Amino acid sequence: MEKNLNLNLKVWRQKNADDKGKFEEYKVNDISTDMSFLEMFDVLNSQLITEDKDPIAFDHDCREGICGSCSMHINGRPHGPKHAVTTCQLHMRSFNDGDTIVVEPWRAAPFPVIKDLVVNRSAFDRIISAGGFISINTGNAQDANAIPIPKDDADEAFAAAACIGCGACVAACKNASAMLFVSAKVSQFALLPQGQPERHQRVSEMVAQMDLEGFGACTNTGACSAECPKGISLTHIARMNRDYIAASFAANEK
Amino acid sequence: MTSKLNSKIPEGNLEQKWTKYRSTVPLVNPANKRSLEIIIVGSGLAGASAAASLAELGYKVKVFCFQDSARRAHSIAAQGGINAAKNYQNDGDSTYRLFYDTIKGGDYRSREANVYRLAEVSTNIIDQSVASGVPFAREYGGLLSNRSFGGTQVQRTFYAAGQTGQQLLLGAYSGLQRQVGTGNVKMYARHEMLDVVTIDGKCRGIIARDLTNGKLERHFGHAVLLCTGGYGNVFFLSTNAMGSNVTAAWKAHKKGAMFANPCFTQIHPTCIPVSGDHQSKLTLMSESLRNDGRIWVPAKKEDALALREGRIKPNDIREEDRDYYLERRYPAFGNLVPRDVASRAAKERCDAGYGVNKTGEAVYLDFAFNTIRYGKIEANKKGINNPTDEQIVAMGKAVVKEKYGNLFDMYEQITGVNPYDQPMMIYPAVHYTMGGLWVDYNLMTNIPGLYALGEANFSDHGANRLGASALMQGLADGYFVIPYTIGAYLSNEIMTKAISTDHEAFVEAEKNVQGTIDRLLSIKGTKTVDYYHKKLGLIIWNQCGMARSEAGLKEAIANVQALREEFWSNVKVPGDANSLNPELEKAGRVADFLELGELMCKDALDREESCGGHFREEHQTEEGEALRNDEDYKYVAAWEYFAGTNWELHKEELIYDNIKIAQRSYK
Repeated sequence: MEKNLNLNLKVWRQKNADDKGKFEEYKVNDISTDMSFLEMFDVLNSQLITEDKDPIAFDHDCREGICGSCSMHINGRPHGPKHAVTTCQLHMRSFNDGDTIVVEPWRAAPFPVIKDLVVNRSAFDRIISAGGFISINTGNAQDANAIPIPKDDADEAFAAAACIGCGACVAACKNASAMLFVSAKVSQFALLPQGQPERHQRVSEMVAQMDLEGFGACTNTGACSAECPKGISLTHIARMNRDYIAASFAANEK
Repeated sequence: MTSKLNSKIPEGNLEQKWTKYRSTVPLVNPANKRSLEIIIVGSGLAGASAAASLAELGYKVKVFCFQDSARRAHSIAAQGGINAAKNYQNDGDSTYRLFYDTIKGGDYRSREANVYRLAEVSTNIIDQSVASGVPFAREYGGLLSNRSFGGTQVQRTFYAAGQTGQQLLLGAYSGLQRQVGTGNVKMYARHEMLDVVTIDGKCRGIIARDLTNGKLERHFGHAVLLCTGGYGNVFFLSTNAMGSNVTAAWKAHKKGAMFANPCFTQIHPTCIPVSGDHQSKLTLMSESLRNDGRIWVPAKKEDALALREGRIKPNDIREEDRDYYLERRYPAFGNLVPRDVASRAAKERCDAGYGVNKTGEAVYLDFAFNTIRYGKIEANKKGINNPTDEQIVAMGKAVVKEKYGNLFDMYEQITGVNPYDQPMMIYPAVHYTMGGLWVDYNLMTNIPGLYALGEANFSDHGANRLGASALMQGLADGYFVIPYTIGAYLSNEIMTKAISTDHEAFVEAEKNVQGTIDRLLSIKGTKTVDYYHKKLGLIIWNQCGMARSEAGLKEAIANVQALREEFWSNVKVPGDANSLNPELEKAGRVADFLELGELMCKDALDREESCGGHFREEHQTEEGEALRNDEDYKYVAAWEYFAGTNWELHKEELIYDNIKIAQRSYK
């Protein structure tokens, strides 16, 4: 049943990339448990505007858990306390009256803060540009049913492709590693016949770009997968590692 | 037809028009393509696919999006699927049938030639997407799977669970990023287009604002493509993303591009109902759920009341006391009637007092029946004789989970109710806009060099879009139409050198944009942007939503005008123009919605008939169905803007040579 909550918030405020930043404390009252976490932030922002204070900047768009924009680190966990849920789909019924909630941006050197809770995740786009595609120009495709693909492979490729590119994996990782994100894309194409011609080149170039962007190494802690709102599996990292080694040997043979 | 509107539909038989046109449209040679610059605004299905395809051809492309990455455009949220006339199911599908279903579904208010072309290229889209690695759902034999959608009796919808838009967009996005990597596309994320620049009557570029630092930028292009989506957020509450807006299209409109059929908006029947005043957006439950869910309300008013007051639960209502009103009213199509029909039917039941939820504004979407059906099939497959009821339900739930798992999870997140055990509650909500910038067969607006693709144009869906056709149109326009049709214009532009952005037209446009920003920041009033947006949304929802009347629309026009005036004297926009300022971005968008809202009502008032999503209470059959007036309104209403929010109507007569128009019947 719907209830109303009074909450204390500690929110990271940072004017721009150069600013040092600090926590500010706010109180919000009469928050309905039916609200989403971001709707609670809407209430707070409208309160701040009315008080002639600067509202808090945060990324959000679809509010359906699919665009990957929202990116709040809530009480020490990316996207908050619930498993497999984005910030926008987190609802206030997951909190209790009187709670203190700490909200920070993603913390990772390759994701510099733009303002408050907004970070720059363009490194992910550059990794995709390095090889996260199948090089086929529009108009060259054969009939879609020409190559049957075993259902299990198609399902597994889909599970990998469900990644929303939010960056929670990086934020969760003590090394700020992007292995889960990169391996999801590598896996998707590695599992499909269409992805085979560029399989080795793809993994080599995406990993090289990932390193260039300054993401850390993977130490198999598994925090990334545990915090991933789409439940992307660690097996993709294993698959990518295998492919990467295979690609290195293949390159040595030439 | 007025001289300002030339649809440029090629001569010849319907079946031959596109093939012939494609083979004869002027070409630009590869060397010249390298010196032609194309600006694309928006990176959804239409924008990303156009950008990748045009860059592959050799054009120099710049892409702008307001999100932090091209991958976040709102196409990503499309759930159910994409139509294509593949006839893989051997159930009688064909290009003609997809064409016919789309024209009929649109209630005979779209162009035959455009829709036929759409149906023709639909099959190429599936091939293209699969080749680029889109993991569509497959059968055990390894071939692609299909499902049913509203308004058709064949299974032609391709899908990837409830995330088809995501998979298709990521496919197009990967093609776009590949071109970014090669340097053929320059990407401008976190940029918002705030004006188009015209020189000597031709579109020559845009003014964009870098949202991270507020800097205004001038960009030249030989052509500009607006792939900026629809304007459903005029209603405040809609299934659109929070940032979806009309600004790019509206700025083009104010520079002379005509806006067509603005009152044709789609209210989607299956969305999660409003829960309270805090609501910031509404969430769709995919139309594909109507495959397996049955829609009902209590047959007795006292049951509806008891449900609203929480005294009984939906599963307490006996089978004979349920009214499966879609199956009752439309036996031939049942739960799969088109969206406009399903939405009005839900409203009719709720208005008559049979609605559920606290508010009385909801109906049930129930999976119990098909859960059991699937459970029995599974039991059969596994050779379990005499399965228990529990076994059947458990196995049935597993099947439902595989088909719709992510949607069911989302429903539970939002409502806190488990839809595997209790029927979902749903209610219609604003979802899509069929209206948009007027374009000719080439997808060019009436401003030479300015194009509109995807939901941003008006062209293919008439007065009501069929489910799974938005993805089809976005990708058709971007992958397979614009790469050809843009040659018709650019082949005459090869001598045009890049124009300096110091040109007075650029200077003037930037000055106007700066003026608007300064004005918004200087008002320093007392009410937030959202306050005005919500008020506008309520006016439009109540008077220009699922049912419209002359008196209501006239009142709405006056109310929107008054609200707009108040907005410009009392809105409070905090912060400055030189840093990331989401409130300022919102203010600019709401200012445009406040003008568009008036035009929508004006268009709805002018169209004295009911068709598709446009339902005028004065024009209905005795059974409450939409009553078209083909004699007087078989046209596209294209509105030309004049200073001070004044408009002039231009009509493009619709000609049906191949389809006999009739009253739409789904009975």
